[in-house]
Amino acid sequence: MADVPVFNPSLALAENPAYEATPFQKAMLAALAAGLLVLLVCLFSDLAARYPVPMFTLGGGLTVGGGLLYVVDRYRRLPPGVRNEATMFSSNQARGPVGWVLGLLLTGLYVLLYWYPHLLDGLIRVVDPLSYTIHGAAANQWFLYGTIYTAAVLVMGVRALLKYRHTKYQVVRTLSVMFFQLGFAFLIPQLLVRFREPELYFHYFWPLDYDLFFPPTAEYLLSEGRLGAFMLFWGAVLILIATPVLTYFFGKRWYCSWVCGCGGLAETAGDPYRHLSDKSTRAWRVERVLIHSILLFIVVTTGLLWADRAWGLLGGASSALAKWYGFYIGAIFSGVIGVGFYPLMGSRVWCRFGCPMAAILGLQQRFFSRFRITTNGGQCIACGNCSTYCEMGIDVRWYAQRGQSVIRASCVGCGMCATVCPRGVLRLENGPQEGRFGSAHLNLIGDLDVLEEPADGSR
Amino acid sequence: MHLVVLGNGVAGVTAARYVRQRDPSARITLVSDEAEHFFARTALMYAYMGQLTRGHLEPYERGFWGKNRLHLVHDRVERVDVAAKQLHLRSGEPLGYDRLLLATGSVPMFFGWPGQDLHGVQGLYHLQDLDRMEAATRGVERAVVVGGGLIGVEMAEMLHTRGVHVTFLIREPWAMGHFLPEEEGRLVERETRRHGIDLRTSTELERLVGDEGGRVRAAVTTTGEEIPAQFVGLTTGVRPNVDFLRESGIELNRGVLVDRCFRTSAPDVFAAGDCAEFREPLPGRKPVEQLWYTARAHGAFAAHAILGHPRPYRPGVFYNSAKFFDVEYQTYGRIDLRPPEGESTLYWEHPDGRAAARLQHETDGQRRVVGVSVMGARHRHAVWAAWIEAGWGVEAVLAALPSADFDPELTREVAPALVEAYNRQHGTWVRVQARRGWREWMARLPMRGNAAKTPLRASLHL
Repeated sequence: MADVPVFNPSLALAENPAYEATPFQKAMLAALAAGLLVLLVCLFSDLAARYPVPMFTLGGGLTVGGGLLYVVDRYRRLPPGVRNEATMFSSNQARGPVGWVLGLLLTGLYVLLYWYPHLLDGLIRVVDPLSYTIHGAAANQWFLYGTIYTAAVLVMGVRALLKYRHTKYQVVRTLSVMFFQLGFAFLIPQLLVRFREPELYFHYFWPLDYDLFFPPTAEYLLSEGRLGAFMLFWGAVLILIATPVLTYFFGKRWYCSWVCGCGGLAETAGDPYRHLSDKSTRAWRVERVLIHSILLFIVVTTGLLWADRAWGLLGGASSALAKWYGFYIGAIFSGVIGVGFYPLMGSRVWCRFGCPMAAILGLQQRFFSRFRITTNGGQCIACGNCSTYCEMGIDVRWYAQRGQSVIRASCVGCGMCATVCPRGVLRLENGPQEGRFGSAHLNLIGDLDVLEEPADGSR
Repeated sequence: MHLVVLGNGVAGVTAARYVRQRDPSARITLVSDEAEHFFARTALMYAYMGQLTRGHLEPYERGFWGKNRLHLVHDRVERVDVAAKQLHLRSGEPLGYDRLLLATGSVPMFFGWPGQDLHGVQGLYHLQDLDRMEAATRGVERAVVVGGGLIGVEMAEMLHTRGVHVTFLIREPWAMGHFLPEEEGRLVERETRRHGIDLRTSTELERLVGDEGGRVRAAVTTTGEEIPAQFVGLTTGVRPNVDFLRESGIELNRGVLVDRCFRTSAPDVFAAGDCAEFREPLPGRKPVEQLWYTARAHGAFAAHAILGHPRPYRPGVFYNSAKFFDVEYQTYGRIDLRPPEGESTLYWEHPDGRAAARLQHETDGQRRVVGVSVMGARHRHAVWAAWIEAGWGVEAVLAALPSADFDPELTREVAPALVEAYNRQHGTWVRVQARRGWREWMARLPMRGNAAKTPLRASLHL
């Protein structure tokens, strides 16, 4: 199955030529552009340092307000239902010039955040008023990042809520990721800082939060009093008890598409790009090698750090390993590539190829879970909407055509395959493990002894 | 054995795959002049709408064909010589075969309207029709679609997403009047109009009017109304694509005549899919079946005959599906426009008018359910097929109805409303027994009273 071309020359921005922007929508887009302009000027001047509140109000207000009112008006006017028309004609969504430029800008933003934060100082000052309000101190680059991230999840979350308002599963799931981003990833950690406690993310744990169990972090947390110690305990509970139990009952979706911040961004800001994931079997092979190697990498690194610390076995070599992980995996892979490449490789590059947490959840989902996506007998018409809009690059249609359940380590249970299916073929289900894979007999193409093995024998 | 499959649609490709599975040594060639690679015909609309790319329409990766040694020939067969077992191709060398499967599908069927050959007038079936439609609808502001079948609704939706104003002419008194009862038809009408389509029922096309350049300018109805249109879609049905076989000596009627094992009158020649016509159709089934689902089943059965182990066609409980703009439709078993003597239907419609369900059942004896259709809801194929095949009575079906539910999690069940409608109509006290989700799980716990509540789905081994 061929994908969206790597580059398409279209400059068309409109997702659907049938729905031209209303005057109100144009005004809101203008407000958004004006807000971005204010932010750009702030970036290259000391304007925000001198006038923080006006710049925050203008830059932030116009950007968020304009964007929010635009998406509200746009999707409110569209009838509820699957509205993916013209996705493949969009310069933004189908790897046109707009998509490429956006990809470069996002990638650039991450490079600056991680390695040249002083260049962002002008912009960081813009969020000072918010930073003082919430945690009582000046902002740094991570506060700026958290603010942009949360704003993106909330604004694009509203978009997802409206776009998928005909499916309650999507609505509840989107509300869930918005809640966890705003509360657990933004407000709670910042308020903790305000109350002189360590900055803790209670929904974010090892191995995704890769250094949570590194000796220096553990020592720091223990030195920070009861809450720090609780975080260590809580992190252990989440990975050792909550993860296996919840994944057994619900599959990895309980985390990846309901709670996780990376997933939250992918499901909201990344939603317009979900179809850009690579569906080829080659990509699947790369996925399996890469994600499990990274899991091994972080497990070994964490183990060696403790061994080194206890017995000094490696003379500090383990901390070099930890640094490499932090740089190549933590920063470059999960940040720069993971989000920067949204408009080029889809919204789940990190989740699919890199995240060690997803690897653990995936292994369990594949071998010991009640979760599956059931396919509905012979109803599949092979249209390919499910595969196309799968952000994890799963060729869902391949299973649906033969009436087999989709049981894949990578499936995050976003439910979009079921949402976009025009014939009611797919359903996310939790059920007994027995008979979980379904069988070709159920594709009911007739009273035939359907062969067990697929012709191509590749899966 | 050299099998040549004529046509690489779902019937031909399914047959080729089955033959490859069973006979690793067979030489298999698929000939088509439509597309180099198999694609999902059902998804043509999504490519036009920009919901998918054309690449997305291909269910198999390109490497699939080579890996399974399915040789693809992109050419047109001009003539079949059954005596010499040879196909004469338009551009290539003649191609010999040991077994031949005709799976050439359909062609759009027009009814000799004046002006039907004007530029900008077309049907929608082949990939080439999509190309023509792309070219012919560029810059078009108004279009007319004629014919109230599924392709008509799809074409209306396609044009609508490109900002084209669509007038939709339907001969029947309500939408889908040839297979949907009135209530469902009205539901489809409301849904179509809600999207801004100018839908006219009981309206027939008289002729098409062109401009000086030979391009369509307007459609004229039998009442004399002239509707301006720069594009006209004729979706008044399809007929078997068998014209090139007229001289071949293979016995034809509307389609290629086949027995229940898909054998034609010529030795070693088989036919499957839209182009096949049963000499003796199965009871309750049409002689020419023109569905994607039936084509796939034909292909699987024909493969058995090709391999020398013929199996008579037994397609199981009928099923079909569609989507009318944003309303999905599924049906299992038999729903008649008007139930015959001794049968009646139970109809329920959601107050918002966008979801409905209908059960057709016998009125006497066991009151067996013979069919169901749901709109704006999803139901489980395997469960319905089992219930209908086993002849479950209507009250047992209603009591177990949640087991057939296939809507996404967190969606409110349709079943209670349907059961309530039945109880009101018959003064009965049927209660929904089977549960789904956590309640189903709870019901399996070893608690007193749970034995009686064992979910029926579990007892069906589904």
